Amino acid sequence: MTARPDLAIDVRGLVKRFDDKTAVDGVDIQMPRGQVWGFLGPNGSGKTTTIRMICGLLRPSAGEGRCLGFDILKESARIKLATGYMTQKSSFWGDLTIRENLEFVARLYQMPRLRRRVDETLETLGLSHRQHQLAGALSGGWKQRLALAAVTMHEPKLLLLDEPTAGVDPQARRDFWDEIHRLSAAGLTVLVSTHYMDEAERCDRIVYLAHGRLVTEGPVAEIIAGSGLVTFRARGAGVRDLAERLRGAPGVEHAAYFGAALHVSGPERSALEQAIDGIGRDGAVWEEVEPSLEDVFITLMARSGGDQRDHG
Amino acid sequence: MNAVTASLSRILAVFMKELIQMRRDRMTFAMMLAIPVLQLVLFGYAINTDPKDLPTAVHVEERTPIVRSLLTALETSGYYDLVFETDDPRESAALLARGEVSFVVSIPAGFTEDLVRGERPQFLIEADASDPSASSNAVARAEEIVNRALRHDLKGALAHLAPSAGPVEVVVHARYNPEAITQYNIVPGLLGVILTMTLVMITGIAMTREAERGTMENLLAMPARPLEVMIGKIAPYIGVGAVQTTIILLAARYLFDVPFAGALWLLLCGVVLFLVANLALGFTFSTIAKSQMQAMQLTFFFFLPSILLSGFMFPYRGMPAWAQVIGEALPLTHFLRIVRGVMLKGAGYADMQGAFLAIGLFILAVGTIAMLRYKRTLD
Ligand SMILES: Nc1ncnc2c1ncn2[C@@H]1O[C@H](COP(=O)(O)OP(=O)(O)OP(=O)(O)O)[C@@H](O)[C@H]1O
Ligand SMILES: [Mg+2]
Repeated sequence: MTARPDLAIDVRGLVKRFDDKTAVDGVDIQMPRGQVWGFLGPNGSGKTTTIRMICGLLRPSAGEGRCLGFDILKESARIKLATGYMTQKSSFWGDLTIRENLEFVARLYQMPRLRRRVDETLETLGLSHRQHQLAGALSGGWKQRLALAAVTMHEPKLLLLDEPTAGVDPQARRDFWDEIHRLSAAGLTVLVSTHYMDEAERCDRIVYLAHGRLVTEGPVAEIIAGSGLVTFRARGAGVRDLAERLRGAPGVEHAAYFGAALHVSGPERSALEQAIDGIGRDGAVWEEVEPSLEDVFITLMARSGGDQRDHG
Repeated sequence: MNAVTASLSRILAVFMKELIQMRRDRMTFAMMLAIPVLQLVLFGYAINTDPKDLPTAVHVEERTPIVRSLLTALETSGYYDLVFETDDPRESAALLARGEVSFVVSIPAGFTEDLVRGERPQFLIEADASDPSASSNAVARAEEIVNRALRHDLKGALAHLAPSAGPVEVVVHARYNPEAITQYNIVPGLLGVILTMTLVMITGIAMTREAERGTMENLLAMPARPLEVMIGKIAPYIGVGAVQTTIILLAARYLFDVPFAGALWLLLCGVVLFLVANLALGFTFSTIAKSQMQAMQLTFFFFLPSILLSGFMFPYRGMPAWAQVIGEALPLTHFLRIVRGVMLKGAGYADMQGAFLAIGLFILAVGTIAMLRYKRTLD
C-alpha cells in the first residue's frame, strides 16, 4: 500500500477479533489532514476498538494502514509521539494535582523547559489558580478540559478523542467543542467519537459504525439526503401515547420523541401517511419535516439492532 | 546513549508520579509502617510443635554392635532421621551450620571400650537450637532413648552395667541459641514474612490500580515502555522495604535482644535480593489480576503457603517431604535460612550460596513471566 501524505488516517480492512467475537469487521477510513471527523455508532459498535487500532494500542487481527504516514503495525512508538489520544474514561490521575498530572506528561515526553510549558498550559486552561487541587476533585467538564490539555501539550498532529464530552453539562460541551475547532484551525486533525447529534453536526464528516462495520460515511447533509427517509412531526396535547401505537405499523421505521414532539420516519411517504391516518389525526398537529441527523441515526440503529455491547 | 537517557528520564517520571501517589494514599502508607510493628508484637509468643524425623548427621569414629544399636534406637524413636554418616567432624559441623541437619550425633573412638569398663562415655548430641521448637522434644527424649537401648543390649556378662545411673552420659549442646529463646528465631523470621506480605500486595495493587481506573490506557498511549513503567513503579517500594527492614532490625536488637553473629552486609545483600523477588512477584500478579481485589486475593493465596511451609511457623525439617518440596520453591524459605544463618549462626557467604542462588532463580523465573505477560498493547 502506498503512503498518501495528504491523509492523516489511512486504514483498510481493519478487523479485530476478541476470542470468538468480532468487534471490528473490515473498516476502511481515509481521513485527510486538517479536518474534524465525527465517529458515531451505538454502544459496542467498535468505535473505541477502531481508535485503539489506529493509534497502535491494539494489534489488528487483519488489515493494514498508516497513521500520520507511520505503519500502524510496526511504528506504534512513532505514532504515539505524534498523536494525542484521549481515552473514553479519560481519567488522568485523580490523586495527583492538576499541575502534577501535567508535569508527569511533560516529563514522559521529555519536553524542554518543562516548568514554563506547564505554566503556559495552566494559563491557557485558566486553571493557574487551582493548579494545586487534586485532579479528582474537578467537575466533569474541567476534567475533560484538563485531559484535552494533557494530550495536546506535546503538540501532536492528530487528536483522537473518545467520547470526550460524555457526562459533561451542555455549556461545558459547547466550550469543549469551541476548543476543538480552535485546535483544528491551528492545523490539527481531529477524530471525535460521540453519541450527541449536535456534536456530530459540528463535524466536517461523519463515520457511522454498527456491528463493527462502517454503515455510512460523509458530510451530515449528504448522509441525511442519502438516507431516503421521510419524516413527519406531530405536536399537541395528544402525542404522548401515539408512539406506541405507531411503532411496528407498516411503513414506519421508527417513532421517537424529540422533546415534546413526535417524529415518525420511514422510507415511503404514502405508507407513512397511511399509518398516521390509521391511528387518526385527532389531538395532534401533523406536518412533514426535513429528517434530522438523529432521525437518520435512530433508523440506522434500528436497522442494525440497537445496543451491540457484549454483556457476557 | 540518547536512548538511554530518554529511557532513564521516563523511568524517573513514573517514579516521581508513584512517589506522590504513595504519599497521598495515607491508608496504604500507614499500613506499610503499622504491619511490622503489629506483627512484632503479636509474634512475641512462640508457636510450639512436636516435629519428628528431624534430619540428623552422625559423626562416628567406631562401628561396634552397641554403637549400631544405639543409632537404630535413635532412628526408631521417630525423632531422629539419620541422613548422613561421616567420620570427619568438620563435615558434620558444616551440615549443621548450613541448616541441612538439625542434629549432629557424635560417638568418639573408644566409646564401646569405655562403656564396657563402666566409665560412662559421652554421647554427644549437638542441636541446631536457632529454632528451639524444632529441636526441644527430640533433645528431651535423647537420654531416655539411649539408655533404654543400652538396657536392652547389656545383658549377660555386661548386665551389671545396666541398672546404674545410666551407662552413658548423654550430653546435649544447644548450638546457636543455647537458651532456646524463641524470639531469636521468630523475630528474624518476621523480617521475611513482613516483606513478603506488604511488598507483594502493594506492588500488585499499585499496578492493577492503573488498569482498574483506566489510566493504564493513558500510560500505554504515551511513550513509556513496559520495562520503564515496571522499574519506575517498583522503585519506590524498594524504599518502603528498606524502612521496614530497619524497623525490624532495630526491634530485634533493642526490644528482643536478638544476637547478631554474622556480617550485616551479607544480610543486607540477602534483603535486597529478597525485596526484588517479592516486587517481581507482585508485578507478575498484577499482570494476571483483573482488579485490585484479585491482586489482593492472589497475594493471600501465595502468602499462606509462604508462612506455613517456609519454616517460619513450623520447623522446616519437621515437615513431610511433599511440603518441603513446595517450601523449596518459596523465596521466603531461602530468605529465612539467610536471616537466621547470618544473624544467629554467623554463617558466611559460602554457607548461604545455595539460598542466594535459589532466590536468584526465583527472580529470573518470575521476571520472565512478568515481561511476557505485560503487554505494550491492550489485547
Ligand atoms: N478487550 C476486549 N476483550 C473482549 N471484548 C472486547 C474488548 N474490548 C471491546 N470488546 C468488545 O468489542 C465490542 C466493541 O467495543 P467498543 O468498546 O469498541 O465499542 P464502542 O463503539 O466504543 O462502544 P461505546 O459507545 O459503548 O463506547 C463490544 O462488544 C465489546 O464488548
Ligand atoms: Mg467506546
